[in-house]
Amino acid sequence: MALAIILVLLIIASLIFHFASPWWFTPLASNWGSIDTTINLTFWVTGFVFVAVNLFLAYCVFRFRYHKDKRSHYEPENKRLEVWLSAITAAGVIVMLAPGLVVWAKFVDVPEGASEMEVVGQQWQWGFRFPGEDGQFGRVAKQFISDTNPLGLDPSDLAGQDDVIIDQNEVHLPIGEDVKVLLRSKDVLHNFAVPQFRVKMDLVPGLISYLWFEPTKIGRFDILCMELCGLAHHTMRGHVVVDTPEDFTAWLASQPTFRETQVGTKGDPIAGQALYATCAACHGQQAEGNKALNAPKLSGQASWYLSRQLHYYQQGIRGAHKDDIFGQQMAPMAAILTDKQAMKNVLAHIDSLEEAAVDNQINGNAARGASYYITCGACHGTEGQGNFSLNAPKLAGQQDWYIKRQIENFRSGVRGNHADDNYGKQMILMARMLKDEQAIDDLITYINQFDSEHR
Amino acid sequence: MTHTAIAEQIDESHHPSSFITRYIWSQDHKVIAVQYAITAIFVGLVALVLSGLMRLQLGFPDSFDFIDPASYLQFVTMHGMIMVIYLLTALLLGGFGNYLIPLMIGARDMVFPYLNMLSFWMYLLSVLVLMSSFFISGGPTGAGWTLYPPQAILAGTPGYNGGIILMLVSLAIFIVAFTMGGLNYVTTILQARTHGMTLMRMPLSIWGIFVATILGLLAFPALLVSAIMMLLDKLAGTSFFMPAIVSLGESLDYNGGSPVLFQHLFWFFGHPEVYIVALPAFGMVSDVLSVHARKNIFGYRMMVWAIVAIGGLSFIVWAHHMYVSGMNPVFGFFFATTTLIIAIPTAIKVYNWVLTLWRGNIRLTTPMLFAIGFIFTFTHGGLTGLFLGNVVIDLPLSDTYFVVAHFHMVMGVSPIMVLFAAIYHWFPLVSGKMLHTGLGKTHFWITFLGTYAIYLPMHYLGFLGVPRRYYSMAGTDFIPESAQTLNAGITVSAIIVGVAQLLFIINVIISLRSDKKAAHNPWEASSLEWQTPQIPPVHGNWGAKLPVVHRWAYDYCVPGAVDDFTPQNVPVDAAHLSEGEAEGDRS
Amino acid sequence: MSFFATLSEKPWLATDTAQPQPAMNAISLLNNQKRIALKFFLAVVTVIFSLFIITFLERSQFPDFQALAGQPWQPLSDPWRLWLNTGVLVAASVAMQLALYYARTGRKRAVLAATGVALTLTVQFIVAQLWVWSLLNDLGYYLASNPANSYFYLFTAVHGAHLIGGLLVLAWVFIRVSRKSLSDTQQSWARVSGNLSLCANYWHYLLGIWLVLFALLTSSAETYQLLAALCGF
Repeated sequence: MALAIILVLLIIASLIFHFASPWWFTPLASNWGSIDTTINLTFWVTGFVFVAVNLFLAYCVFRFRYHKDKRSHYEPENKRLEVWLSAITAAGVIVMLAPGLVVWAKFVDVPEGASEMEVVGQQWQWGFRFPGEDGQFGRVAKQFISDTNPLGLDPSDLAGQDDVIIDQNEVHLPIGEDVKVLLRSKDVLHNFAVPQFRVKMDLVPGLISYLWFEPTKIGRFDILCMELCGLAHHTMRGHVVVDTPEDFTAWLASQPTFRETQVGTKGDPIAGQALYATCAACHGQQAEGNKALNAPKLSGQASWYLSRQLHYYQQGIRGAHKDDIFGQQMAPMAAILTDKQAMKNVLAHIDSLEEAAVDNQINGNAARGASYYITCGACHGTEGQGNFSLNAPKLAGQQDWYIKRQIENFRSGVRGNHADDNYGKQMILMARMLKDEQAIDDLITYINQFDSEHR
Repeated sequence: MTHTAIAEQIDESHHPSSFITRYIWSQDHKVIAVQYAITAIFVGLVALVLSGLMRLQLGFPDSFDFIDPASYLQFVTMHGMIMVIYLLTALLLGGFGNYLIPLMIGARDMVFPYLNMLSFWMYLLSVLVLMSSFFISGGPTGAGWTLYPPQAILAGTPGYNGGIILMLVSLAIFIVAFTMGGLNYVTTILQARTHGMTLMRMPLSIWGIFVATILGLLAFPALLVSAIMMLLDKLAGTSFFMPAIVSLGESLDYNGGSPVLFQHLFWFFGHPEVYIVALPAFGMVSDVLSVHARKNIFGYRMMVWAIVAIGGLSFIVWAHHMYVSGMNPVFGFFFATTTLIIAIPTAIKVYNWVLTLWRGNIRLTTPMLFAIGFIFTFTHGGLTGLFLGNVVIDLPLSDTYFVVAHFHMVMGVSPIMVLFAAIYHWFPLVSGKMLHTGLGKTHFWITFLGTYAIYLPMHYLGFLGVPRRYYSMAGTDFIPESAQTLNAGITVSAIIVGVAQLLFIINVIISLRSDKKAAHNPWEASSLEWQTPQIPPVHGNWGAKLPVVHRWAYDYCVPGAVDDFTPQNVPVDAAHLSEGEAEGDRS
Repeated sequence: MSFFATLSEKPWLATDTAQPQPAMNAISLLNNQKRIALKFFLAVVTVIFSLFIITFLERSQFPDFQALAGQPWQPLSDPWRLWLNTGVLVAASVAMQLALYYARTGRKRAVLAATGVALTLTVQFIVAQLWVWSLLNDLGYYLASNPANSYFYLFTAVHGAHLIGGLLVLAWVFIRVSRKSLSDTQQSWARVSGNLSLCANYWHYLLGIWLVLFALLTSSAETYQLLAALCGF
């Protein structure tokens, strides 16, 4: 009796939950409304079966409950009934399957004239490429991958020279245009998924997979990696910004082509020395840092990282948060170095300085810190040496008060929360692993043990 | 196939004499079954705790500093693998298969008792190897239970050295153990049935176990093959599954391999594995429903055909796990069609379970509650499978919490419901004691309602697009704050359900220690396992003479028969006599 | 189609089929059971090798795959060593069949001799395969340097492992036979010949698998292409 009532209540509760749930598909932003239609159709068919079977179950439990004087009906089988039920089930299956296959045929077959975009996955970042004016992607191969050629284009292939390289986690697409997305991976399996677009596909090293869609809404959408790709899988996020065609064209024109990424002048340390005088006021003559002035050590840090931070300060990506007092001091200083060559010169000067020793104060439990660091080491290197390919700066030899403040800033979202700071966002997610100050101190105590000379 | 072995089995003189040979190095199928069951339940509890830890992180992401991203993935992986292989497969086939086959078909033991014993010890070894990975540096593998290369064996994944190697070695040992057991089960079912036990007179439990074992024998090799090849990739540097890779900025020596090939092999095993778990559960729940509804299972023949059909079809649907894997998308048409066809025999089974209750005389005992709970959860889980099997719907839903919710409904909650139904049902046979009804029913209600409270809302996180295997959902624009509240609610339900399993353990302990003996055939079942001269059955099961079977296992309320059930070994004429005389036939 | 006939029986109809039939000889029953188990085991072995072969065919279509035979300079284009090994394995199979024949007539010494020859030849085969391994290795065809090499080592190793398993069983049978007294009954010889017949079947089956692998491993890239196309890769 109780069971029958509860079964009925469960059915009702399920229906209420279904219709009242605020958790439902995100508003569609692509042409794949037909997928939503197929799902709704499936919902009606399966929902009917769910209610019918379980109501009948509840009825049986109630109506045929035990009575000691009763005997159950003897009926080994009922062919007619079973054949009928099978036929109805088969009909239901056809109703669900047929539209599904029709929509899948559309998905498999990319429309003529779709523009192409390539998505490249690596642990735990995204990269993108557009074919450029010639409409053709250049060849790629593993052996060409380097610091200056992160997507591994073949420098000798003419088709690749005008390819537009987007070496960051955010990409733009024009509204209302079919786009075929070609997917490949440098290391492990990843998956390119944008919930609002409905479609997703794995990125597989060694082959090129694809999907296609037509963005139908202006906006900024999350890209998620949806195939387990290792330790920092959950931080592998990106964004796709759907623009008007004009905005998109302007954006695309502002991105470097492959040829442009390959040319560049070296910085001049002598010229940089003069410019550095301004910096030296706080960061010190030897770029050794000054805790009293809240200026971190710069010597020994990789130039690519310092360069990115200077750009971030200039563009308001870093140092613009209202709680980032020290960052706010740095932003106007960075603004002085607007000239590209000047920045390169300063960085070349810093790079020529001998790395200063640091005097560290934080004292925690290094053993516990070591176990936290297993996660950090995946990107920052087991010795804290940093890893350009993963956009992870060097930690070894950095002043502990500075690292601590940055971890705290990441945790509280003071740093890394800007829409354009994709790598900072990863650090926000990772810093959440450290649940309290003691954990941060333990970790930093472990980092303090690294040999700072170790690059 | 209709051949029935008639002779008494050769007495291999393995009659146990000491404690050691009776309970440790035992060759008795009943002892081996209990050994299997205890080991499986023990590792199952470990996996249950792991799932609790995962839920704590997901429900309250900023509270537990011993769960970092690496250990979270390790919990996910070990939870999945232990539950699927080391708990469900081992408990259903090694435990119930071992216990029920000889008793239900009227044999004295498995045909190869020594091999049977080896099977258990190999299984135990595989468990120990697996568990040892918790204690090595780097910990167990965190590659996800699917162990997809390249990431499973590359830096950047937790446990990419020792963890994954121990996992693969443990699986290989498990497969050897399973093959030893499996050869025994099929041979026993084909060769050691007693007089009159034709194939179509076997209870559905045996049919389910029989077909599941054949599936296992043919499907586990795929896992073995992929494990061997992945071990070589890891240890010898071959490139079976490993393409050219730049891993964490470092160029590796691998070249040309195909990660998708591994996925094909894995799922060629993995999908039949679903039915290796499901078919014995289908069979056992049929028997429980029939006994407690006092009615024959409805459409027995259809049920057998459905088991055979599902078993056959399960080998041609594997790539529905790979719709978004980057394989040639044209395969989607074929696999979506085969997958949805499999829904038809499965639906028939559900209809027949419900129709078994229809016009029955239902005793709502503890096992019956679990069995009816199973119908509800399995219907739910089966129907959500129709979403994922339909290739185009899989695009938005794959790799989200919808998948997690779906497979926990069909492969987690449903088989567990059957396992509890089966344990409550056959416990008196195994131990001679009844489990406490009040505790049992409380256990049922918390488990049934609690698991539904976990998994129903989880489907909706999936619709929203929340990805699975994420340590933290923070930092997305499309996931509302309320989803975190929902996650916390799910975690609370999960903890309650987890803790409620203590009720079951307490119940087992109390019942074993109580002096109250169970009645000889407490549920008044007609199938053969309840007709042994002693309860629990002693070594050799049947005393001096093997039973003779005169009917199928479902003679309940046959018109004209005096009792509302007629045991299988009662001669045709005797069924119409009184209970007392039929009783005489049993001894 | 007795299986389908069985499946369409209506078991609730009370046709009592339980007429006790004459009891089967216990030993032939046990032999029967072992034969069924062996059949299932060979099915498992078949699946293992089939899957390996299917992955081989798929892998063979990747550009980095360099077949070991086909062109004159490739090491398995003239595989006389493997022909020799194959001959040894054929001889072992013949010896097994002889042993079975003698066991059925109850001739202990002859059984021991034939079984011993089979054991020796099989060990000889395995050693000879290892010899081919070391030759390939000396020529620079290392395990990991090309997938074709990897598969050569893998196939021969897995096949060898199955043979070693068989050797253990056969050695056990050999010891059992050697402990028999000459006056043993027909009954106990029935048991020995049952076991030997299982071993012989296993040997013949593994010989068959080896012939398939041999043919596969010494084929040219074109043949792989054809086979892979037939499989739909």
